[in-house]
Amino acid sequence: MTGQDGDVDVSAPLLEMTGIVKEFPGIRALDGVDLEVRASEVHCLLGQNGAGKSTLIKVLAGAHRPEAGTIRWQGADISFASPLAALRRGVATIYQELDLVDGLSVAENIYLGHEASRGGFTRRGQLRADTRALLARLGHAEISPSREVGRLSPAGKQIVSIARALSYDAKVIVMDEPSAVLAHDEVANLFRVIRDLTATGVAVVYISHRLDEIREIGDRVTVLKDGRTVGAGLPAKTTPTREVVTLMTGRDVEFPFLRRTLPPDVDRTEVLRVDGLSRTGEFQNISFTVRAGEIVGIAGLVGSGRSEILETVYGARRPSSGKVSFLGKRLRPGALPHAVATGMGLAPEERKSQALFMRESIATNMTAASLPHYSRFGFLNHRRELTDANQQVRSLDVRPHDARRRVVTLSGGNQQKVVVGRWLLHGCRLLLLDEPTRGVDVGARAELYALIRGLADSGVGVLLVSSEVPEVLGLADRVLVLRDGRIVHESLAAELDESQVLDLVMQGSAV
Amino acid sequence: MTDQSVPPAEEQVRVEQAAADTAAPRVTALSRISEVRNLGLVGVLVVLTTIGGISQPDSFLTRSNLITVLTQASVIGVITVGMTFVIIGGGIDLSVGSLMGLASVWATTVATQNLGTWAVVFVALVVGVGFGLVNGVLIAYGRLVPFIATLAMMATAVGLAQRISNKQTQILNSVAINNLATNKILGLPPLVWIFAAVAVVGWVVLNRTTYGRRTLALGGNPEAARLAGVNTRVHTVSLYALSGLCAGIGAIMIASQTTSGSSTNGDGYELNAIAAVIIGGTLLAGGSGTLVGSVLGVLVFTTISNLLIQNNLQTEVQNIVTGVIIVIAVLLQRRGKEARG
Repeated sequence: MTGQDGDVDVSAPLLEMTGIVKEFPGIRALDGVDLEVRASEVHCLLGQNGAGKSTLIKVLAGAHRPEAGTIRWQGADISFASPLAALRRGVATIYQELDLVDGLSVAENIYLGHEASRGGFTRRGQLRADTRALLARLGHAEISPSREVGRLSPAGKQIVSIARALSYDAKVIVMDEPSAVLAHDEVANLFRVIRDLTATGVAVVYISHRLDEIREIGDRVTVLKDGRTVGAGLPAKTTPTREVVTLMTGRDVEFPFLRRTLPPDVDRTEVLRVDGLSRTGEFQNISFTVRAGEIVGIAGLVGSGRSEILETVYGARRPSSGKVSFLGKRLRPGALPHAVATGMGLAPEERKSQALFMRESIATNMTAASLPHYSRFGFLNHRRELTDANQQVRSLDVRPHDARRRVVTLSGGNQQKVVVGRWLLHGCRLLLLDEPTRGVDVGARAELYALIRGLADSGVGVLLVSSEVPEVLGLADRVLVLRDGRIVHESLAAELDESQVLDLVMQGSAV
Repeated sequence: MTDQSVPPAEEQVRVEQAAADTAAPRVTALSRISEVRNLGLVGVLVVLTTIGGISQPDSFLTRSNLITVLTQASVIGVITVGMTFVIIGGGIDLSVGSLMGLASVWATTVATQNLGTWAVVFVALVVGVGFGLVNGVLIAYGRLVPFIATLAMMATAVGLAQRISNKQTQILNSVAINNLATNKILGLPPLVWIFAAVAVVGWVVLNRTTYGRRTLALGGNPEAARLAGVNTRVHTVSLYALSGLCAGIGAIMIASQTTSGSSTNGDGYELNAIAAVIIGGTLLAGGSGTLVGSVLGVLVFTTISNLLIQNNLQTEVQNIVTGVIIVIAVLLQRRGKEARG
């Protein structure tokens, strides 16, 4: 599968991008970026949201044409006219939103667009055999080539995407935050696949917000900030975290987690009480409470029922048994509008598909849950909406400071701030947060942590779900550990450490 | 490493300034796109009128012909207003034409007409709203695809109208309603004023009320609307009831024009209304659109068919032209979108 000319000098760069400039109307997204990738390495790309990582990989993938700069590929100047041209040369990109066709089989997806055929008829036998060989090379021979892709787990789909990249004989595979959708043990498996790939000479460009992952899998790191390369080819294992963070942010992030200043007050009013809540096939017999001013964290693997519990409490799903009481009153199952009206808010896991109106302005998005507050007899007060939204935009530091901006133009971290801002404007008593920092950069993360802590200190009850154990432990007062849809442990966050929680979470799982 | 010479603070200022410089023009440019589009439609109207004035100098630009165009636009216009709400809300209503027929038949039965003019109006509106509610309940609670539910309603309503009227044309005796087409208020028939009133109310509701905002939200991202606390089912039902109400008003107007109730009243109007909405720049996928655009769409649409009639072209030519216009409108819409992206 490697190139015919096996005498490629390993130390010479496979890919050299120099002085890349990419402009969009009014904005210079890339302002002279350099990136050098060698064969057989895992090259990590770091940078805050909006630093230009996505634009850079789109230039590399041939989806954007740069205004200036040169791309050298295997020692020769080149320009990729289209994504297909880049693919044919051996640059494959696996985007965060996997671009697979759910209704087609694994084999059909992998060879979509370059099926082996004879006289217009697909050679199904060869397709299946080739697919089997590719999956075996990735160590996933257990995935059947005829399986429908829509029925695979996110991890399985990722393997199919990687196999598709290999089917084009890719020499560089770009992975955009591949671990974001994976559980802990699945990340380990992904890393094994990446190591196997680099051993055969393939280079991987790896984008992630998780520094620990970069330490584990990366060889070298390139850091982007404001469309420029601020750190090129740093050693991934030995560069101090402080230096990396400083390069990314231009400032030190010292204590991302703020400890609460007041001791936990047991007498605070109970905001939420959940009694024996169950949903067939998702979670069983869940009981817990959230008090005013308290952050309760739920730790558990993806698929352990975390998001489902949150959505059931919120009224977006109906439980098969059990009850939910909010502010002392029992909530009718599925009475979501009532829950919102009485002061419950949810920042869901999938920002774009579940929370935001992408075509609308920041102001419209922020006031979406409190329209009655901004209207008289059904007539909206646009000026008051804009004033309040602008105030939130400034206090949350949403960039740019203009509530008339469309949400679609914002980076991930800023979009998340808009979602949180919606519930701040609503003045809710209980906020349900599902993966609040997914896809959010280090700087914005610290701001979100401070924001959540501040909310709790002002008397709001917070129920937090996160895949990242340090986040749950650092932020929450009390922690519930979830495994296979059941609460297996409950204690104060101060009494737990990361390895204990990981141990509780993983016990009895497939490993 | 190359940029370490630049002090971070200065860098920060540079970025903020760049953002501030670019933000203002961008936002206004975005919000103006629909206005530019509507100006384009006004331009098309001017061109059409010029063509009419040149090709038929004696008949097109006459007072009576312009009133004819406006009156024709009024009936389609009223149901287009309802259709605009449904489409922005992410749905479609194929049943409005048939509901107009059904409402006009039901309102002109002997039993109804014996009760007087108000009974005729009341029955037409109740039939429109009632069957619109059925559409909405089937879609929101029965989880039928809007296309299927309203297609079924389209067939059912025609059948029901034929059953009630025995496929006969029922003469409308109410002088008051018949006068809506023939009287003049400030030089225009009352039908035109009804359309104007419905359009203005529609514009206010869409742009100035929580109802309009929720409609945009529902069409733009139904899941996000639901999780933000919008009662999406009730809202969906209300959208189809609103469309039905417009069909009821349209039924009275068409009955006034033809002085009769008939199951063929409003035949094919659903397609004209959908075409007008699309020409007006509303996304068929929902979540984006303007009422001004829809009104202009109706005017463009009716002016073209009037021009064709004036030039003695057959209805089949009109149909072909209609199809071509829809395709051109959608192509222009796509180009506008790409210019934005």
